[in-house]
Amino acid sequence: MEQLENFRQEVKSWLDENCPASMRNGADPAIPTDEVWGGRKAQYKNPESKIWLDRMGQKGWTMPTVAKEYGGGGLSKEEVKILNEEMWMIGAKGPLLSFGIWMLAPVLLEYGTEEQKKEHLPKIIKGEIRWCQGYSEPGSGSDLASLATKAEDIGEHFLVNGQKVWTSYADKADWIFALVRTGPKEPKHDGISFLLIDMETQGVSTKPITLISGKSPFCETFFDDVKVTKANLIGELNAGWTIAKALLQHEREFISKFGLASAMGSGGKDIVSLAKKHLGEENGKISNGFYRSEITAHKIKEHAFGLTLKRAGDEGGKASPTASMFKLYGTEHNKMRHELMVAVTGINGVAWDGDEFDDDEKNLTKSWLRTKGNSLEGGTSEVQLNVISKRVLGLPS
Amino acid sequence: MKLILNEEQQFLKDTAKSFATEKTPVNHFRSLRDSNDHLLWDKEIWQEMVNLGWSGILIPEEFGGSNFGVAGISSIMQECGKTLTPSPLFATAVLGAFAITQFGSQAQKEELLPKIVSGEITTALAIDESSHHNPAKTEFSATSKDNDYVLSGKKIFVVDGSSADILIVLARTSGNSGEETGLTLFIVESDADGVDTIKLSMADSRNYANIIFNDVTVSSERILGSPESGGETVESILDIGRIAMSAEMLGNAEAAFELTLDYLKQRKQFGVLIGTFQALQHRAAEMFCELELTKSSVIAAMHGADENSNELQRLASLAKTISGETLHLVSNEAIQMHGGIGVTDEYDVGFYLKRARVAEQIFGSSKFHSERYANLTGF
Repeated sequence: MEQLENFRQEVKSWLDENCPASMRNGADPAIPTDEVWGGRKAQYKNPESKIWLDRMGQKGWTMPTVAKEYGGGGLSKEEVKILNEEMWMIGAKGPLLSFGIWMLAPVLLEYGTEEQKKEHLPKIIKGEIRWCQGYSEPGSGSDLASLATKAEDIGEHFLVNGQKVWTSYADKADWIFALVRTGPKEPKHDGISFLLIDMETQGVSTKPITLISGKSPFCETFFDDVKVTKANLIGELNAGWTIAKALLQHEREFISKFGLASAMGSGGKDIVSLAKKHLGEENGKISNGFYRSEITAHKIKEHAFGLTLKRAGDEGGKASPTASMFKLYGTEHNKMRHELMVAVTGINGVAWDGDEFDDDEKNLTKSWLRTKGNSLEGGTSEVQLNVISKRVLGLPS
Repeated sequence: MKLILNEEQQFLKDTAKSFATEKTPVNHFRSLRDSNDHLLWDKEIWQEMVNLGWSGILIPEEFGGSNFGVAGISSIMQECGKTLTPSPLFATAVLGAFAITQFGSQAQKEELLPKIVSGEITTALAIDESSHHNPAKTEFSATSKDNDYVLSGKKIFVVDGSSADILIVLARTSGNSGEETGLTLFIVESDADGVDTIKLSMADSRNYANIIFNDVTVSSERILGSPESGGETVESILDIGRIAMSAEMLGNAEAAFELTLDYLKQRKQFGVLIGTFQALQHRAAEMFCELELTKSSVIAAMHGADENSNELQRLASLAKTISGETLHLVSNEAIQMHGGIGVTDEYDVGFYLKRARVAEQIFGSSKFHSERYANLTGF
């Protein structure tokens, strides 16, 4: 108990000295904010974003539970709780957004060799290397295991040829973790390997994708005779599918939580206030009864879904097939929320450009269109339903 | 608030589960339905429940209860709901016990609570007056006369109303129908002069009655809580009832879903198990999600009640809305996925549908509670 109290004091004074003013409550709104993803190509509008990242990275507090030998914070669960509480108290910004932390690090910790962990984890934790994920291909969407990007054994190296699609931020990333076919003659699930590739290697190129909502972080990624050292193979040769599945669960959970967080957050975008603004208000109630009941039904489901996420945490739930439920529900719910926001905003909810509409309205149109991808990326809703019926309910194939 | 059961609550739930599977499987309900028994619950089974302490779960230890709380009794309701176990648990161990414990005078508590604990009396809560739950629209009147009140009017759809010894009745002592003020609760013996009970026959074959009060004289000492504040008092009692009923409905839905899943894994058509059809798999998976949301809502509401959360009203309405919608969906899909056998009386699944539609109405439908949730939240 006393030890934890001492730790709290340490954290408090460390944050007090090291968390820059613009990274906490009361920051000057005139200072521009960065979305910090780190990496070799990172650019910062506010130099304090970089300072904050470096200091947190040095402590290993971007992945506080990871052991110190891998660059982590080496903290216990109780200590992490204290760290989070103290950061919350001063309104400290999260220092780093990172696919490396959310997706790759758990895989490295479980399947990586000692050398691989020591090589890659510290750079992820410090935000020095920015990662992207190479899974989907033009011919392999829901049927991911049919992927065709091949890695041929040429002695010390693999020779990689093929194309990935929907690679988020490929044009900004330094490295990619990719699924490649190493066993062309094996059954499709048994010929896949999990490979790490430096995006600066000769033969790697990217091209951004424009979506129905406009510009997007998604890219196509091309591999043209790319030489990759065999030291970058994670796990056994042809055992990549197991790793991919484990990682997809992390991703699904992450997407569902993100969906909910964005649903709960940003007061300016709340459906109820939007509805009152555009449809009018009588005695404090949304004046159109049809919309009011639709919104209520939606909000009740949101409340129940939030409680379900909380219950999963309280039950000590780790990644499991029920992650599919969260992914399914979170994304479908987010789509519905945007449909309702567009509907109550009326004609201004489908504005595209120009001075006749305000930014919120134009952004709403774009984010509504963007949500259509939520139930596709990370496994479609239909794939999630398959996973639930087979793996949770045990229905026969 | 952690959304899990503590050890004590889990123990109660496990005990209830064994009790319901061993003593009161669905056949127990079927035989009661087929008998001409007017109670529609079994006295010996109720005495066994009493012996397990279930009648005293909401009652303080000084009156012989165990004070294990709403999460305790709701967990039992959930397990009993799985096998459609009929008993006075809801009307007596939840509604009567809570009402008198929370709002009774010392004399009322001393007189009635030990009798509830021992199983000597059962109770019923008489609220509704029309086909839709709406306490504010109470017209049933109580007129002051000397030191007494004269009760007059008709109460309908009273759960366990045809057998309860003690009735807790909501009456208007002032104001007009539609106003939430001017209401008072009375404790009335069901054998009092002028009380006329008409047994109802409902689709779920459980014990309900309409009760007519022909100028029934009740002493002012039989007021439950304070006069004229019955509107608030009754909402508090109703919310506990709504939460416990939601738990029972969750149990109903879980069992109907389980029955259906088993059937999908056994029934063959076109030479294959029907559970291999994606059209059915996806609908089953959707029901699974709705059930998970229902579990979370119910457990949040029961803990909210025990912790006296300031969110209690919203949580009760959330639980009753979601459990009603989920049970509605699951009971319909269960029949459809069973095919022809699902609409036969011989097979159990139809019991869940009949119970569902009645339970959905008890103390407010999903629509009633969606409206209440919206008003409480400021939509």
